[in-house]
Amino acid sequence: MNAAERQEKYYAGVKMINFDLVKEMVLALFVVSLVVIGLAAALSSPDDPAVTIQTWATKEPVDFVTTAASELAGTSETAQYGPPYNSTADAAQAVGPISPQAWAGVSTPIDTAQDFVLRPLGFAAIGNPTLTTALQAYGAASADQQQTWLTNYSTALADATVVNAEVSVASGDYGPVPDLMTGLLGLARTGALDGLLLSNGNLYQTDFTLPLLFMGDGSYLSNLAADQHLTGDQWGMMNETGMYPGQTWLWLFSFWYQIPPFNTAANTDLVVIILMIVLTALLAFVPFIPILRDIPRWIPIHRLIWRRYYRDS
Amino acid sequence: MSEASPKPQAEPSNWTRAIRRLLARNLPLKHLLPDRQPVYVGSWVYVFGVVAIAGLIWVIASGVVLAFFGPQWWHENGVGRFVNSLHLWSVQVFFIFMVLHLWGQYFMAGWRDGRAPTWMVGVVIFAFSIVAAFTGFISQQNFDGEWIAVNAKDATNAAGIGSFFNVLNFGQMYGLHIVLLPMLVVTLIGVHLVLVRMHGVVRPIDRKQPAQPSAEERPS
Repeated sequence: MNAAERQEKYYAGVKMINFDLVKEMVLALFVVSLVVIGLAAALSSPDDPAVTIQTWATKEPVDFVTTAASELAGTSETAQYGPPYNSTADAAQAVGPISPQAWAGVSTPIDTAQDFVLRPLGFAAIGNPTLTTALQAYGAASADQQQTWLTNYSTALADATVVNAEVSVASGDYGPVPDLMTGLLGLARTGALDGLLLSNGNLYQTDFTLPLLFMGDGSYLSNLAADQHLTGDQWGMMNETGMYPGQTWLWLFSFWYQIPPFNTAANTDLVVIILMIVLTALLAFVPFIPILRDIPRWIPIHRLIWRRYYRDS
Repeated sequence: MSEASPKPQAEPSNWTRAIRRLLARNLPLKHLLPDRQPVYVGSWVYVFGVVAIAGLIWVIASGVVLAFFGPQWWHENGVGRFVNSLHLWSVQVFFIFMVLHLWGQYFMAGWRDGRAPTWMVGVVIFAFSIVAAFTGFISQQNFDGEWIAVNAKDATNAAGIGSFFNVLNFGQMYGLHIVLLPMLVVTLIGVHLVLVRMHGVVRPIDRKQPAQPSAEERPS
């Protein structure tokens, strides 16, 4: 028996009524058109300007320099992220032996000191003797000496002030680090650092991995997001800037990030992803899962949906 | 003198004819575009799926215009902003009614009598639609888009897919959003609709009838 014959048999004895599928579709499209055009005309859509490194360095120079120093010292979030950016030990999220992050390995290698600080400064140093000397002094120093300078400088940044658009700290043993940071801040303020972090040798650049990771390591971007209720612990996945609806359908995904033990675990992302994969699989296989497939019979919402049919038959 | 009547010859193999016969047997036009339906179809719940498709038509139409003029256009142009607004609100309509359709079908146990594949394809459509919308939100080229990318990278990296699905790569996200994912969603909706029309609308739940698909009624 083919599908057409099965359907004929399935409907045998059932009262059939006139039905216009095309008319229903056209009417639905008409009503939806009114709703969508009305909402778009009345409420528009959000478009808060993107934050660039230039914006960040101009508005929060101390945060920018503090982040840049941590990139140079290898202590930033990105520097210690693990795969896919580097191979920091024990950084990959895992649930027991399950660690897709570790299995995938380092696919986008990033050396934060080189990629975010030293390489861009190499371009800026052309024709700039102060910066050239600072880079040479930094490169010639031992790793221990570099870390000592950076630790001292990072500590001093807690009391930094901004004077004439430059970050100023108390006198101390920082070696060439202040000159490097002043050079990077100047580069960022002009917008040149945004371009240098995008540059990859191709004519067109669309990969924003480096600038976004750099900005993500600072506090400026996340503070702006928190102000707009966009962070993970603020149901941020569902929200948009302003009062607009965002990805509201991610409510369940977002829910787990609000409650313990998920929101306090070091492997929250992996646990939530595994949980959501299991729940989605359960939803897909509902027709074959006892209890889940029986709930519709127990909860008589179908009596409401087909109330006229039940009343008349 | 008599001539022997010629023996009927078997038709040569023809793939086109075979597919045409298969379609005619399983999905005749009167089932694909029915003008009669069972009396129990008279409920608002049956409208949710149609409204979701109407929303998707607006999503695609506004998305085609946005893609044509390029990702920067709507940030700089009033008409572009309006088209982007159409895109945003039609996406909301699409998802609201897709979810209503899903819950409606759940409480109607719409998978009964051989319709489990229809239900499962529907869940896959929902999942891929979420990914399609996600790449769209990332591709906005504004603060919301860049924050979502920065925030979401931890989940995609933890899942091990960050190595080939880089949410910080605008070019990749935009390409997936305007080509591959819409094609997948539309194709799957086509499959879903064909399955719906092949099997017809499920009967109301009978207290005596099991809610699970019986083996003999599953499609072969």
